[in-house]
Amino acid sequence: MALKIVKGSIDRMFDKNLQDLVRGIRNHKEDEAKYISTCIDEIKQELKQDNIAVKANAVCKLTYLQMLGYDVSWAAFNIVEVMSSSKFTYKRIGYLAASQCFHESTDVIMLTTNQIRKDLSSPNQYDTGVALTGLSCFVTPDLARDLANDIMTLVSHGDCVKRKRCSVLIMYKVFLKYPESLRPAFPRLKEKLEDPDPGVQSAAVNVICELARRNPKNYLSLAPLFFKLMTSSTNNWVLIKIIKLFGALTPLEPRLGKKLIEPLTNLIHSTSAMSLLYECVNTVIAGQYCSSVGSVVLCVQKLRILIEDSDQNLKYLGLLAMSKILKTHPKSVQSHKDLILQCLDDKDESIRLRALDLLYGMVSKKNLMEIVKKLMLHVDKAEGTTYRDELLTKIIDICSQSNYQYITNFEWSVSQPVTPHPPGISVSWWTIRVFAVAQMATLLDNAHLLTGSMQRNGICEVLYAAAWICGEFSEHLENPLQTLEAMLRPKVATLPGHIQAVYVQNAAKLFATVLKSQEGNTDSTTAQETSQLMIDRLPLFVQSANLEVQERASCILQLVKYIQKLQQKDVEVAEEVIALFAGELNPVAPKAQKKVPVPEGYLDLTPPSESESEDEQPKAIFAKEEPKHSRPRHTEVDEKELARRREARKQEQANNPFYIKASPSSQKVYQDAPGVEHIPVVQIDLSVPLKVPGLPMSDQYVKLEEERRQKERAEKKKKEKKKRKEKRSGRGKKHDSGPESEEDITPAHMVDIVTEEMPEVRCVSLQIQFSTSRIFNELSPSSFWVFNEKKSSKHKKKKQKKEKEEKEKKKKKKKHHHHHHHSDGGGEESVQNGTVEEEEPLPVSVYDIQGNLQDGSQVVVSVIFENKCDSFLKSMEFNVLDSLNSKLQRPEGSGPHDGLTVPFQLPPGVSNEARFVFTVQSIVMPQKLKGTLTFIVKNEDSSTHEKLDFKLHFTCTSYLITTPCYSDAFAKLLESGDLKGSSVRLEGVNMPFHHLLARICFHHHFSVVERIDSCASMYSRSIQGHHVCLLVKTSGQTVSIDAKCDEPTLLGNVLDEIKQTFSQC
Amino acid sequence: MSLTTHFPLCFLFSLFQMQFMLLFSRQGKLRLQKWYVPLSDKEKKKITRELVQTVLARKPKMCSFLEWRDLKIVYKRYASLYFCCAIEDQDNELITLEIIHRYVELLDKYFGSVCELDIIFNFEKAYFILDEFLLGGEAQETSKKNVLKAIEQADLLQEVRHRMKSK
Repeated sequence: MALKIVKGSIDRMFDKNLQDLVRGIRNHKEDEAKYISTCIDEIKQELKQDNIAVKANAVCKLTYLQMLGYDVSWAAFNIVEVMSSSKFTYKRIGYLAASQCFHESTDVIMLTTNQIRKDLSSPNQYDTGVALTGLSCFVTPDLARDLANDIMTLVSHGDCVKRKRCSVLIMYKVFLKYPESLRPAFPRLKEKLEDPDPGVQSAAVNVICELARRNPKNYLSLAPLFFKLMTSSTNNWVLIKIIKLFGALTPLEPRLGKKLIEPLTNLIHSTSAMSLLYECVNTVIAGQYCSSVGSVVLCVQKLRILIEDSDQNLKYLGLLAMSKILKTHPKSVQSHKDLILQCLDDKDESIRLRALDLLYGMVSKKNLMEIVKKLMLHVDKAEGTTYRDELLTKIIDICSQSNYQYITNFEWSVSQPVTPHPPGISVSWWTIRVFAVAQMATLLDNAHLLTGSMQRNGICEVLYAAAWICGEFSEHLENPLQTLEAMLRPKVATLPGHIQAVYVQNAAKLFATVLKSQEGNTDSTTAQETSQLMIDRLPLFVQSANLEVQERASCILQLVKYIQKLQQKDVEVAEEVIALFAGELNPVAPKAQKKVPVPEGYLDLTPPSESESEDEQPKAIFAKEEPKHSRPRHTEVDEKELARRREARKQEQANNPFYIKASPSSQKVYQDAPGVEHIPVVQIDLSVPLKVPGLPMSDQYVKLEEERRQKERAEKKKKEKKKRKEKRSGRGKKHDSGPESEEDITPAHMVDIVTEEMPEVRCVSLQIQFSTSRIFNELSPSSFWVFNEKKSSKHKKKKQKKEKEEKEKKKKKKKHHHHHHHSDGGGEESVQNGTVEEEEPLPVSVYDIQGNLQDGSQVVVSVIFENKCDSFLKSMEFNVLDSLNSKLQRPEGSGPHDGLTVPFQLPPGVSNEARFVFTVQSIVMPQKLKGTLTFIVKNEDSSTHEKLDFKLHFTCTSYLITTPCYSDAFAKLLESGDLKGSSVRLEGVNMPFHHLLARICFHHHFSVVERIDSCASMYSRSIQGHHVCLLVKTSGQTVSIDAKCDEPTLLGNVLDEIKQTFSQC
Repeated sequence: MSLTTHFPLCFLFSLFQMQFMLLFSRQGKLRLQKWYVPLSDKEKKKITRELVQTVLARKPKMCSFLEWRDLKIVYKRYASLYFCCAIEDQDNELITLEIIHRYVELLDKYFGSVCELDIIFNFEKAYFILDEFLLGGEAQETSKKNVLKAIEQADLLQEVRHRMKSK
C-alpha cells in the first residue's frame, strides 16, 4: 500500500489529474483553447503508455473535455481499454467515459460485447452495476441482440436484488433496440410485477407502463393485475406510473374508466403528494368521456386549489390542466373566471400566457365585454413587446371567436360575405373604439417590423383588421396623415392581396379624413401634399397582381387625380370625398350594445339600435360605387323621438312579412293581434320545418314555430316526457324554459339582427329515416304514413320516393315509430317538428339529423341520437359509404371504410347530438349516402350487437345560402349574361303570394330582392359561390318561375326541388 | 398475452421517460450532462446551447416548466446551478421536479452541503451518483439511504489513492 501511495504521488508529479486540468482551465480563461490543445497533446501521450492508471486518468480528463464540447471520438479505443481493466476504479471510469462519449455509430462498440457480457456475469455486483449503467446509455441493436439473454438471466436468477432491479429496467432499453426480444422475455417480466421486493416490482411496473404507453392494446389483459397494484401500493412513484398506464388503456376499454373513477377519486381526495394528485386529475380529464360530471367538478375544484397556490409551478400546471377540461366541460371552468383573470396579474409571463389561452376558450356572450376590457387594461400595462403582441392577437381572436359563436348560436351573420373583417372588433366597438384605433394605428406604423414574422404565423390578418379599423374610424386618429403614410409604404406590397385591398380602400378613407381636417385651413399645402402622396404611392398598387387591389387602386387613383384638379382650383372637396365613405357601421347586435354602458362622450357614435333597415348598406366599404349622402350622426337622440320612431318601425315591420320580430315578447303581442292570424297556412306549414331546416325568413314562420312549440309543450307535458324533449331539442328549446342560462338571450338576439343576414352556417336538408325494426313496415306502416300525410307533406313525398329503401335489420318485438326533429341552421332556433307521440311504446332509438353547411366544400351533419327503448346503448359507430363526391371526414390514419365512434353512450330515454363532417366536391347534384349505425344494446341480463341502416339525403337546396342581394346588384348580375336561364311552371298553387315567397325563402334559402305586386325577384348563393336568381310571377293559381344561374345543372335540380315543395301542398 | 404484432418502426425511435439532464451554471457553462437518448454530438451541442439560452433568459420568479420543441422542460435553480430535465409530453412535471430535488439532496449528502465547485472538480462522482439514482432515465432507487450506501461501498472498492484525491 505504501508503495502504491508513493507510486501515485510520482504519477502525480508527471501527470495532471482531473483536478489539475480543471484548475488549469480556470486559470487560463483568456487562452482556454490553446491551453486545452496542449492538454490534449499530453493526454495523447499518456494514452500511449502501458500503465492503466495513467490511461484511466487520461480518459477521465477526456470525459471532462468532451463535456466542454471537444471532440474525443479519436480516443474511443482507449476508452474500451480502460473499460476492460480488471480494477473497479478504472472500469468505472471507462464505463463512464463510454456512456458519455459513445453513440450508436461508434464502431468500437462491437468490441465491447464480450467485455460487457463478462461484467454482467461478474460475481462483483458493482461490476455488473457499472456495466448495466453504461449499457443503458450506449446500447445498440447489435448489443441488445447479443446481450438480451445475459440480461434475462440476471432478471430471473440474479441473487442480488439491486442487480435484478437494474436489469429489469435495462430490459426496456433492450426491447426498444431489439423488439424481437420482448416476446420471449415478457412472461418473466410479468412475473416481476409480483416480486416480493418492492424495488424490483416498481422497476417492472415502470417498464411495463412504458411499454404499454407505446402500444396499449397488447397490455389490456394486465389491467386487473395493475388494478390490484394500484389499490394496494403506497409508493407514489409507482402509483403515478400505474395511473399513467391506465390512462393509456382506458380508451381501449371503456369499462375500465368506470372502474377507475372510484379509486382515482379517492386518491384525489386523500393524497398529499401534488405530483400524484396532478397525475390523477390529468387521467380523469383525459378519460372523462367515461367519467361522471361529478369527478370533473372535483378535478376543477382541486385545480382551483393548485391555481390559488402561491407556488408558480402548481399555478402553471393547474392552468394547463384547466385548459384540457375546458375543451370538454367549458361550463365547469367558466365559473372560475375570476381566478383566471387574477392570473393575468401574475408576474410570471408563462402563467399569464396560459391564462390568456384559457380565457380564449371561456369567452361567452355574457362575459366577453368584461374580459376584453380587462385585457385591454393589460395591454396598457404590458411590458415586453412579445407579450403585448400576444395580448392584442388574443383579444382579436377572442372577439372573432365569440362572433363566430354568435353566428352559430344566433344564426347571426354579416350580410356581405366579401367583407369578413374580423368582426370581433366590432363587438367591442363601443367600449374600446378609440383605444383600438390608436392601437391599430401603432400597429400599422410598426407593421414593417413585424411583417416578416407575421406572415409566417398568420398574424398579418391583424393588419387587415387594423387597416380597416383605422380607415373606418379615422376620425379618432390623432395623426391620420401619418397612418396614411404608413399604409402606403412600398413594403405593404409584400402583404397578401386581400390585406392590400383593404389597405388601399382604407387609405382612401384616411385621405378623406385628412382633407376634412384641412378644410377650414387657409393654407392648403397639407391637403395638396396628401393628394400628391396618394398619387405617388397608389401606382404601386395599380400594378398589383391581385385583381381586387388593382381595381380598387386604379379607381381611387383616378378619383384622387380628379380631386387634385379641384384642389388646384381651390374648390372645397372634403365634404364630397367624405360622403364617399359616409354611412353608419351596422351594430353587431343591438341587444349586446344596449347591455354595454355607453361611456360618456360616445353617445354620438351609437346609432339607435334599431335604426337599420333592411335595405341599408351595412358597410361603407363597398358603398363607394354609389355615394350616399352623408348622414349626419345623431348628436342627441331625443327619448320621445326615439320611441316614436321605434313605434313606426315596429308598425312597418309588422306589415313586412320578411321581417322577423324583434323579441319573443313582441312576437306574442303580434300573435294576439287580430289581423294577422293566418291559421290555414299555419297548418300546412307546420310540417315543413321537419324537412328543410333553414332560416326562418318571415315572421309567419317564427310565429308558427312559436305556436307549434306551445302545442308541443302541452302535449309533452301530458306525456311527461318533458325532460327528454328538452335534452333533445338542445339549445333552441331552452328559450322556453325561462331565462336562466346564457343561451336564453339567444333567440331575442337572433331575431334582432335579421337586418343583415349572411348565414354562414347553413343547414343541409338531410333526410334520414330510421326505423328500428324490419317488422316496422308490417306492423305500423299505416299509422306512420298517416302521420306523415297529416303532418308533413313534403316529408312524406320523400319517404314515398325512398319507398322503404331503408330497412332495419334489427329485431325487436314491439312496434316502431318514427320521430323527427329538425333544428335549423344555427342550431339555436330549433324548428322542431313532428314531435309525434304514438300510442305504442318506443323500442330502441330514434335518430334525427340536422345538417350544417359551412363554407366551401364542407358539410356538417348533426345527428341527434335518442334512445327510446329501455336498454342501454353503447359503442355506437357511425359509418357512411362514401361516394366519389361526398366523403365522411375521418380522423387521420383511419381507413376509408372505418366508422366513427359516437363519443357518448345512451342510457334509456336520453338523447345526445353528434356531429359529422362531410366533404362534398360537386354541389350541382343532389345525392344520397347510405350509412349504417352499429351499436350494442345492453340489458340487465344480456347485450346484443345491433345495426341500423339509414340514408343521408343531400339536396341541392341545402347547398344554398340565404344571401341578401340588392336590386341594383341583382340587375347587374342578370345583365352580365354569364347566367343560364331555365324556367318552371307550377299549377294549382293556392296560397297568397307572400306565403308562396316565404315558402321559397324558407325551404330553398332564397331572399327576396324586390317585389312588385304579383311579381318578385329572389336571390340565393351556393356555398361554392354560384348565383341563383329567380323571377317569380303569379296569376291565379299558376306560378311561373324564371330562373338564372351560372350552373345549369344546379339550377335544374333546385327548380325540381322547388316544384316538389309546391306539388305537395 | 400475445405479442404477435411487431412493433411499428416508430416504436424503435420512441423515447424513454427522461430524455436528458443538464446541469449548467448561471454563466451558461455546462457542468454535467446525461443523455438518455442516442443523439449525435452535434445535435447534443445544439440542444444544449438553445436550452441554456432559453432557461437563462427566464426571470427568477417564473415557473419551472416550459414547452420546448415537442418536449417539456423542467428546470430548477439551486444556488448558482441550474438543473434542467427534458421529459415527454405525457410525463409528470412534478415528479420530475422531485427527481431533480432528490438528486440535489443526494449530492448534498455526499459532498456535505454541495457547491458548484464540488461538481466541477468531482464531476465523475456526480455522474456516479446520478447513475446510481437514475438508470436509463428512470428512477431505479427511490431511497436516498440506499443510493448513498451503494456509492460509498463502490468508493471503498477504489484504491486509497483515489479516495484521497476525491476528498
